[in-house]
Amino acid sequence: MKRREFIQIPAQALGGVLMYTLACEPVRLPVETSASGTLDFELRHFTAAQAHVVQAASARILPSDDSGPGATEAGVVIYIDRQLGGPYGNDSRRYTKGPWKTDGWEGHGYQGKENPREIYAAGIESLGADFASLSEEQQDERLVSIEDSIFFGMLRRHTIEGMFCDPLHGGNADLIGWQMLGFPGPVFSYKDRIETYGTPYRPAPRSLEQIVGHPVKGMEDEDPA
Amino acid sequence: MKTLKPVDVVIAGGGWTGLLMAQEIATRTSLEVVVLERGPNRNLIDYMDGMDEVDHRVHLKMIQDISEETVTHRHSTGNRAVPVRQYGSFLPGTGTGGAGEHWTGYAYRYMPETFRLQSHFAERYDKSQIPEGVDVRDWGITWDDIEPDYYRAEQLMGVGAAAGNLRGKLNPQGNIFEGERQHDFPLPPHKTSYAMTVVEAGAKELGWHPYRPPVATLTDTYTNQYGVSRAGCEYCGYCSRFGCMIGAKAQPSSVLMPILQRQDNFELRNHAWVRRVLHEDGQATGVVYMDEDGEEVTQPADIVVLSGFTVPNIRMLMLSKIGTDYDPQSGRGTLGRRFTQQTGKVRGGPLIVFNEPLNLFMGAGGHAMKVSDFDRDGASDATGTFLRSGNLGYSGGGRPAIGGFNGAPPHPGGRNWGSAWKKHNLDHYDRVISMGGMDAEHLSYRQNFVDLDPTYTDKWGDPLARLTFDFTEHEVRQSDFTAKVLRQLSEATARAGKAKLIDRPYSMPGNGRYSASIYQTTHLQGGTAMGTAPDDSVINTHLQHWDVPNLWVVGASSFPQAGSTNPTLTALAVTYRAADALIDRYLKRPGLVG
Repeated sequence: MKRREFIQIPAQALGGVLMYTLACEPVRLPVETSASGTLDFELRHFTAAQAHVVQAASARILPSDDSGPGATEAGVVIYIDRQLGGPYGNDSRRYTKGPWKTDGWEGHGYQGKENPREIYAAGIESLGADFASLSEEQQDERLVSIEDSIFFGMLRRHTIEGMFCDPLHGGNADLIGWQMLGFPGPVFSYKDRIETYGTPYRPAPRSLEQIVGHPVKGMEDEDPA
Repeated sequence: MKTLKPVDVVIAGGGWTGLLMAQEIATRTSLEVVVLERGPNRNLIDYMDGMDEVDHRVHLKMIQDISEETVTHRHSTGNRAVPVRQYGSFLPGTGTGGAGEHWTGYAYRYMPETFRLQSHFAERYDKSQIPEGVDVRDWGITWDDIEPDYYRAEQLMGVGAAAGNLRGKLNPQGNIFEGERQHDFPLPPHKTSYAMTVVEAGAKELGWHPYRPPVATLTDTYTNQYGVSRAGCEYCGYCSRFGCMIGAKAQPSSVLMPILQRQDNFELRNHAWVRRVLHEDGQATGVVYMDEDGEEVTQPADIVVLSGFTVPNIRMLMLSKIGTDYDPQSGRGTLGRRFTQQTGKVRGGPLIVFNEPLNLFMGAGGHAMKVSDFDRDGASDATGTFLRSGNLGYSGGGRPAIGGFNGAPPHPGGRNWGSAWKKHNLDHYDRVISMGGMDAEHLSYRQNFVDLDPTYTDKWGDPLARLTFDFTEHEVRQSDFTAKVLRQLSEATARAGKAKLIDRPYSMPGNGRYSASIYQTTHLQGGTAMGTAPDDSVINTHLQHWDVPNLWVVGASSFPQAGSTNPTLTALAVTYRAADALIDRYLKRPGLVG
């Protein structure tokens, strides 16, 4: 059994939107608010130290800036932690029988033995234990140096997913990613709108749980590995 | 290991074709029918909870678990094959309904000449014009044979479109290049999104004939010839890769299961993984499968139907040692021969950026504007000579948030992360469309085939199927031609929509070589090809095995080469033909149906 580890996210970062979140319960996370005003999220896979590196790196991929909130506010690290803790993380839906042949034609796709958990572990190490405490410029320098790695490609992809996924997966907290995009979330019918031209449809987004009226589990919850 | 009591008919594979066979046999006879499906059962309620992009588009939840079984691929007999470790060039389904649950719902017919391609080539071309290795055949059935069965399949699903050629009368609202049909479509075409209207205007400016393609995503409420009623499409945008929660998309769970569930002589067993067809003295005697608990079960039966996906049908016959495996060196053997996908695929290409958002998250499978002006014998132009082509155009199936954010043009600053890139992508969100590649006819070749891999195995230890498969100069020309035509259509669409065109080069997936790891299309065809000569085909034109007359092999594995459109309707049409032969002729007089 893994020791319980937590990542602390400043309550300020999730800020005023937290009230809305609690009221509508679009995110179901074990949250403990400490005396210092931070929110403690229990981690499924990462150690706290790893989570801080991933959080800092994902925030450089999708920063919080004048165009809107970023990876930290959306809880991207929570999304990635759950994905890695679930069946995706240990390649349980990938063909992993040998023999392994990694020097073939690149058109055969990724043939490596390493699963996403292992790729992350090595990648986080390559960014350095001090990564979260560096300046943004220094962080960017380190990220540029690994830009072509499998790990960076994965981190970038997962950051986007965690920003814009349904909150049932732990990211897109309070639907801030969808609010920023103008994506309505799942909607049962557009029959009366599909032929309305020239009018962007931009209602306040709703999550899957909100429209179906009950909690929905993701693949990472159904079969925790 | 246990042996069950015999049944009349056992069907291995519970997708479109297996369940259609089951429906026809169970409702038209008193025979006891058991369908064995390796995946789980499916319910519409699951689909409502499934409106989720991460599980269905990122993790491909409805697709077969590739850790259990995959294929290996090599370009030629000289290479060692490598397993496809993650999807992938094609996406086979699993569970009740198979790929018919997560499909997009295009319900096209093939072109009339596709069924007699060898004769067509002989009439039209010199031998020198036919690429080296081409192995196409006449199917042994003609357009006139299959036309009534096409209509039955269109009625079954409730296909919507305008007829382009109704008994010779051309209507430009539909595809005027389609084969002559005897009946109108059951339903009208889809409602039209703004992006579709702009593509339509662009295509018309070029003098082409755009149309809304035939779709099995119901364009209105519909009751089919068996009394199954379904509601019309709501354009929710969760369609391709998803199951439809209201069953508006024709899927076996909403079209066939309502009838089958009422039949006392029908049983569906999920989590039943068929490994062998048993046979003795030229007669199938049943199948062996693994049940949910991993126990080996023998199910004796008088009639066996194989209705897996294309590759599993081929592999099952090889594992069961039924028929003669194809040997490309000697040219002998038929099993695994004439294996095709579809071609004319391109990636990249120009992006059309509109000034205003387009609401691209709305849509449906097959919500598209297509052009078939080039779906005919190929032109000779700067791209070179090629023989066959396909349809192309714009598809607006519904684009959720992650795909929407990623739909932006490449960031001009180069870096695809960080603040400037984020702003760029947010700014372009919901304003960008592009044209999709062609489903061109892939000719069958002597060098492209399937056999059993000598090294890699599935979860039970059975050899995987090995694809020996590559493109030739002909397929490169098909893709070059697609790129040329799509560029013209993109430019005209940008003009029509007063939109900006961002030019990008096109490339072929795999850069001219076949890549099994880049998505191309799930339209795998052939390998158990039908025909009129036992030494040149695996099954007859009633999909009955030449060597084992009580074994029927249904689905797209029966096609001697690929057609130029989505194959589902054709797979259903030939299955109707097989069911008729089995029920009306074989049962009266067991043996090969002449």
